[in-house]
Amino acid sequence: MLHWLLTEERVMRSWFFTETAYPYLPPEEEFDSIRVKLPNQIFDPKKGADLYHRYIDEWVHADEIGLDIMVNEHHQTATCMDPAAPIMLGILARETKNAKLLLLGNPIVNRRDPVRVAEEMAMVDNISRGRVVVGFVRGVPYEISAMNSNPVGMHERLWEAHDLIIKAWTTHDGPFNWESEHFHYRQVNIWPRPYQAPHPPVWITALSPGSVARTAEKNYVAATFLTGFEKTREIFDAYRSKRAEMKASFNNDRLAYAALIYTGETDEEGFAGARKLMWYITANKVPIQFNNPPGYASVEANVAMMKNAKGPYMFGDFSLETLIEQGIIFAGSPDTVYKQIKKFYGHVGGFGHLLIMGQAGFLEHDETVKGMDMFAKEVYPRLKELNITAETEV
Amino acid sequence: MTDLKLHEGRLKIGGLELEVIHKGSGQPMLLLHGGGGPLQPGSVIDQLAERFEVIAPTHPGFGNTARPAHITKVDDLSYLYLDLLDQYDLQDVILVGFSIGGWTAVEIAVKNSSRLSRLMMVGAVGIKQGDRETRDFPDMFAIPPDELAALAFHDPAKAQIDFSTLSDEQLTAFARNRESLALYAWEPYLHNPKLKQRLHRIQIPTNVCCGASDGLVSPAYSEGYAGLIAGATFDTIAEAGHAPQMEQPQRFVDWVLSKTT
Repeated sequence: MLHWLLTEERVMRSWFFTETAYPYLPPEEEFDSIRVKLPNQIFDPKKGADLYHRYIDEWVHADEIGLDIMVNEHHQTATCMDPAAPIMLGILARETKNAKLLLLGNPIVNRRDPVRVAEEMAMVDNISRGRVVVGFVRGVPYEISAMNSNPVGMHERLWEAHDLIIKAWTTHDGPFNWESEHFHYRQVNIWPRPYQAPHPPVWITALSPGSVARTAEKNYVAATFLTGFEKTREIFDAYRSKRAEMKASFNNDRLAYAALIYTGETDEEGFAGARKLMWYITANKVPIQFNNPPGYASVEANVAMMKNAKGPYMFGDFSLETLIEQGIIFAGSPDTVYKQIKKFYGHVGGFGHLLIMGQAGFLEHDETVKGMDMFAKEVYPRLKELNITAETEV
Repeated sequence: MTDLKLHEGRLKIGGLELEVIHKGSGQPMLLLHGGGGPLQPGSVIDQLAERFEVIAPTHPGFGNTARPAHITKVDDLSYLYLDLLDQYDLQDVILVGFSIGGWTAVEIAVKNSSRLSRLMMVGAVGIKQGDRETRDFPDMFAIPPDELAALAFHDPAKAQIDFSTLSDEQLTAFARNRESLALYAWEPYLHNPKLKQRLHRIQIPTNVCCGASDGLVSPAYSEGYAGLIAGATFDTIAEAGHAPQMEQPQRFVDWVLSKTT
């Protein structure tokens, strides 16, 4: 009992995230997809280089004001200029001092060489002296085309790649053999091994209650994005139920929630920042063939979609007020933001990590930094007072 | 008529139960459906059954046939149907394949054609003819549904599906068909890189056809395919797209009869 209390987090952690968008696009009517097929002639390398440095500066600032850091990757899209997140993580490992460095995540269903992923993460873990947190993700549907990844059987590939990576990280006595359905190696023996032992913490994204059971079985952190009050509670409850069913320990530091967050001095300033953050939601013009490749969603989910049910991330209503009401955006003055988060926290039964989608689209550098500073100074200390172990049961 | 020992419309091969339509008498004809899904009762099957003993199984993963985890490739399907031919000791079989069913038929014929008397390929895929930067087929997974329909049909209006009129079971079959096509077709895209080198093994009469308006598997591709198989004939079916058996059933049946009688 005492053992895990000592090894796990007791206060909420907050992670600053920017998806590193390239927002300088033609009017939306002039292209039919922001992902997969938008010609890269639109990308101006000079502007792109400036953006890279700016985004790195924002992550470095997060480190300086006591926030942790999250990076991600996407491919063939203007919504994210970071198709090789391990490279970004390597830069941040050197440029930052204290922040934990979460890559959420490595798209191991689409990466054809999981051993290379194990090497990349082990290397950055060493450079950062053990600050790396490794996320594994299945990847959004539009990632399929970029990697020509078969959308059928992704769940199995994810867990097979996971098993191989964990074994590569934790085998220290020379090569092992791996010949399976998807991956073939006869001499796996990575150098370096990870800095952290037995290996860096693992996070996995969760989109539905059904997908969270195995994450719970492994006691990994389950992270959910923009799923709002009800869906988030279902997912978090499914995690807790699985642990209870296993008669295993549970701590809310196993759960993470990502929202768009902007803290201003006043409600007006906070709302204005949040409206700019809504680029995340509004600038996602993707045609159906990339949104729902065959096999990505289950047969049952496809049947429901054909019967006109809502798919994931189809928000429908894009007003700030509605999105705040749904728990997808937290915005306003520090008091307002704290109250919104506290209410959400209570509704979903608590969680241990807040992922701050704190920069998007045309939210400029100064505005981004101000929102981060206001959060770090005025909101974060109050979140740290929440007792995230309160719901713990064994 | 062969006793297929059907149980509730299914036949057993090894541990696998295949949904099957079995109808008619005469020379056996094994019909292998394409990526759109199994042929429906009342389709060209009825007309063909007037002359042949038609055996039309549903591939694993499509319609109501389960797919065991070890079946993931068209190559697996070809062995499954070779087993079927052996199990019922079928002789002198006319093997007809549509689209990926045509690919499956070719994979069967190059392995063992001793139980076959004829190979008939309809808009068949399976080999790579163009160079590495030229697609043999449009990337059907990367184009919008209406454009796909325009490519697949001579008259795209026939492609419109009103999902609200379909039962849950039909919607489930539709979703399974779509998923299974992706599984078998994704990579390498709609072909087996080894297959072209094996076509010389086909020593039985072979007939290739496609819809004259087929925008998925072009007449040029089908004609090129026929040219790689010794003695194969090539025809187009007028006013038909990728599924002449649906768009021009009579012309399709006439084509089959013209080659087999």
